[in-house]
Amino acid sequence: MTEKFDEVKEVKVDYTRLRVPLGPVHPALKEPISLTVTVRREEILDVVIRLGHVHRGIEALAETRNLIQTLYLVERICGICSHSHTTGFVQALEEIGEIELSDRSLHLRSLIFELERMQSHLFLIGIMAYEIGFDTLFMFTWYEREKILDLFEEITGNRIHHSMNTLGGVRWDLSPSFVEKVNCSLNKIEKSAKYIQEVFQDKTVEKRLCGVGVLDYDEARELCVVGPTARGSGVKVDIRKAYPYAAYSELKDDFSVVLRNTADAQARTQVRILELFESINLIRAILEKLPDGPIYKESVIKLMKKIPEGEATSLVEAPRGELLYFVRTNGKEGLWRLNVRTPTIPNVLGLKPMLIGSEIADIPVTVASIDPCMACANRITVVDQDKRETIVTDLKNLRNRGKKQ
Amino acid sequence: MKLGNMLRDALRALLHKPVTVRYLTRAGEMVSVPERYRGKIVYDKEACIGCLLCIRTCPSGVITTTEEKKVSFNISRCVFCAQCAEICPTDAIRLGSDFEIVTSEKEDLIVQ
Repeated sequence: MTEKFDEVKEVKVDYTRLRVPLGPVHPALKEPISLTVTVRREEILDVVIRLGHVHRGIEALAETRNLIQTLYLVERICGICSHSHTTGFVQALEEIGEIELSDRSLHLRSLIFELERMQSHLFLIGIMAYEIGFDTLFMFTWYEREKILDLFEEITGNRIHHSMNTLGGVRWDLSPSFVEKVNCSLNKIEKSAKYIQEVFQDKTVEKRLCGVGVLDYDEARELCVVGPTARGSGVKVDIRKAYPYAAYSELKDDFSVVLRNTADAQARTQVRILELFESINLIRAILEKLPDGPIYKESVIKLMKKIPEGEATSLVEAPRGELLYFVRTNGKEGLWRLNVRTPTIPNVLGLKPMLIGSEIADIPVTVASIDPCMACANRITVVDQDKRETIVTDLKNLRNRGKKQ
Repeated sequence: MKLGNMLRDALRALLHKPVTVRYLTRAGEMVSVPERYRGKIVYDKEACIGCLLCIRTCPSGVITTTEEKKVSFNISRCVFCAQCAEICPTDAIRLGSDFEIVTSEKEDLIVQ
């Protein structure tokens, strides 16, 4: 009997590749994305990313409406960067119709833009804190975000969908009492942002974020990632500097592009925290320079009638990165084609090199660190079932599709 | 972060008033909303001239015509963008401060 117990059993565990499905519905993910992760023990060997669970068909819907109705439709592509979407769309229309804007309306556009950037960055900083299990910081950050949302409610009348932009200007003016309120809130937020920056330099936070989800400079360039994700990898891209829109050509000296070279989740969070201060500086500069003048031109209906047939592309720097709008109007108050390239589309590609080589436990932090907005990034591919072929459309085909209709 | 700072923050949080506000359903005791707040549509039928510009610009198909050449609003579809109030030449439409629009009766959501 004793012999039997002394005998050491050799357990053979086969550490071969295991395929673990993650999502589309998973507690670690905020929005539906399907990751099929191939692992050996804890190490991630390969990732297959699939989108398409929340496709809403907004681009097709836009083709059935007139321009003013589409303005409110594109605002609802994303709740967090709603002002960026309307600015991108309206800028393209103004280019087609050759509508010139007053300086005041351009400055007000930039003001809301920067407030929105702060709101979005605080949102993501909170999410990062939540993903690493630091719920107190999450609550603290979102409490600060609430102050900006209150400002939005006072200035535009709504917390999330501001509807600030309209054809040929903006819809709500900023009175001197509002300027004072914005300044007062900015002082408070600046103080809290310094506190948040201090907490993010804590050892426990750094241990959880440093070296997680590394996307080096060359890969970032190759995958064309945009926004804070690219700037965290040391790639200097910022549409506000490169192709100034709204009032940014006058505000060029009031902000700088924040760059970090460590290329991990910590770097991306740091970029966002430092951009809070840049946004605060920008808003102060805008309020100081705010010129007098009208905020919009004439009735929207009249302007809508004037817009001829034509096409235009516009670029804006949304909080998450570069946002591209391609608009083709039909000259009868409607659209032939609307194409939106949201920042999440290139950024989601960066997930693969980030995840390969890291551990399973780092997936939620890595996915959150690129600030994904899945519903913005869902696109359709045309598959012809009879011919069994997939059609990949390019710009030329898109134009032809517009002409055919 | 240092231990002293953490203790200071913890004590401050304990003694701090809660940041949440009580939700009171009685009118007059509710949270005040800013002046530009976009709530339930208020419609002045007398002032309406029946130009129907609001129908042309409404993004969600809230507004329909009535037999007497006026309009009626179905609030259950409204996205509160205030485009109708902006386009109205006689200011017959404005967005009020009423945000409590949940109801069990569908008829309550139709403004005429």
